[in-house]
Amino acid sequence: MTHNATTKVLVLHLAIIVALFLAQFVLGPYHHTNVARIMVFGAFAVGYNVLLGYTGLMSLGHAMFFATGLYGAGLTVYYFGFGAIEAFAVGVAATFVVAAIFGLIVVRTAGVSFLIVSLMFAQAAFLTTLYFNRITRGDEGFVISSQLRPLEIAGASFPFSDPSMKYNVAWLVFAVSFIASVALVRSPIGRIWIAIRENEARTRMLGYNTYKYKFLALVISATIAGAAGATYALLFSYVGSTFASIQYSIFPLLWTLVGGVGTIIGPLLGTGLMFYLIDIASGLTESHLFVVGAVLVVLILWLPKGIMGGIRDRWLPWLP
Amino acid sequence: MAAVTLLETKQISRSFGGLHAVRNVDLQLTPGEIRAVIGPNGAGKTTLVSLISGRLPPTSGMISFKGEDITQLRSWSRVTRGIVYTFQVTSVYPNLSCYENVALAAQRGMMRGGWIERLIVSEQRIAKRVESALGRVGLTSEIGRQAGELPYGHQRLLEVAMGLALEPELLIMDEPTQGLAQHEIAEFCDLTRVIAKDATVLLIEHNMSVVLELAERITVMDKGEVIAEGTPAEIEQNSAVQRAYLGTDAAA
Repeated sequence: MTHNATTKVLVLHLAIIVALFLAQFVLGPYHHTNVARIMVFGAFAVGYNVLLGYTGLMSLGHAMFFATGLYGAGLTVYYFGFGAIEAFAVGVAATFVVAAIFGLIVVRTAGVSFLIVSLMFAQAAFLTTLYFNRITRGDEGFVISSQLRPLEIAGASFPFSDPSMKYNVAWLVFAVSFIASVALVRSPIGRIWIAIRENEARTRMLGYNTYKYKFLALVISATIAGAAGATYALLFSYVGSTFASIQYSIFPLLWTLVGGVGTIIGPLLGTGLMFYLIDIASGLTESHLFVVGAVLVVLILWLPKGIMGGIRDRWLPWLP
Repeated sequence: MAAVTLLETKQISRSFGGLHAVRNVDLQLTPGEIRAVIGPNGAGKTTLVSLISGRLPPTSGMISFKGEDITQLRSWSRVTRGIVYTFQVTSVYPNLSCYENVALAAQRGMMRGGWIERLIVSEQRIAKRVESALGRVGLTSEIGRQAGELPYGHQRLLEVAMGLALEPELLIMDEPTQGLAQHEIAEFCDLTRVIAKDATVLLIEHNMSVVLELAERITVMDKGEVIAEGTPAEIEQNSAVQRAYLGTDAAA
């Protein structure tokens, strides 16, 4: 970890953030919306990767965290007429609390048992959204665009229906998650997470209470997912139980695997790639999931560590 | 040196099912000494140091460190109190660089206090400690190399560097010379003497010439019990030891 590498890492990651910001001025309206959506899901994947890629815990329950943020923001706007910032804060805080409770229960499990327990909790959360059908409207969901007031900053009004507003809010949430995760994994705490991923028993013998650090990784990872969920509700205005289903636990896993587990850029790249892959394939054929599957098989054969993982192994060993 | 005790075990035992791996062991370590624990394979040496380091809970008995009862403490809390264990089977992190391996140990000592303090432990201070620890074991030139690529002997030294970076008061080394070449063993003995200036060393060792050269006192175990304890000269003369471990004609 030389000074030189630190500079390179800083420049590369800031360049990505800047490039994403500037992209809004060149993208056509169709891609403009797509990229906004990719950035929200990208933040979700970046958060997921903190847990999987750096701490080595594979969760199949992140839909619960995304949905907690989504409902936390969505319900408060819909029923109580909260403003965007308050609603976002409720979504994030709710996710934080859910993650902390979940973490206290599951942090002593590891490997497959963690996977199963996280899945179990997430399924319970999903069924809860259906059970309280009267409030959540279950599967059908609800739309908050008519309740959500524009954001007022210094006398100016920014409605969420404006594409450029969507883009920049998505960009902001993504940038914060992205930079926070680079900073964290390169901090002393990130070093301990990586050590836990590599050999938890050894890490305990270096004097670290590994449960505490796993708990911290889980809560941070989940809270980022919750922030992404809350942002999704505000920007795309739809809140429904689909987002709590297992599909939305598998997505961040898939995006992370495709882009590169344990790389900072990987989850964003994976999210973008899968988004456009599904988009293009569904334009070509009805059975677009077949195309997606085939591409995944090829990717796993040639780049088992994901795209950025392969690039790191071959050319850029200093990538975090 | 005043006869204070750094570490004391009282009637400590550990059994696995019907097997008494360690039985009623009383051990006292004086600050600054180099103590060797010897005994045939299966004598319970590794189990004993696992009890001391907290990798295993004892079945019965009590352990105290600097007068504090640590019997119930988890392994990580014992490390923060200064009890450091280096493994019998090398267990460095093979996929991480030598720097990262030692940095993990080095930052441990600096991360006392609140969360904020933990987050802003300065990388420069960590780097300084890493360089010093790697320098002491002679691995400075390997700092950027992946630990798994090092030859075995160097991995053992890296393990010792990790131990040193934790700034131990009691450094437990489990068969540190196993797998080392002859010249590496000589270097290791020199290193251990330097370490012993700042720390108490508890050594499990099979290589008798290393034991006789380094240890000030030797504890001999057999079948889970301590059968003798004394200076190297006393142990060489002890007939029970000769029977159990050295073989009757090994004193020749």
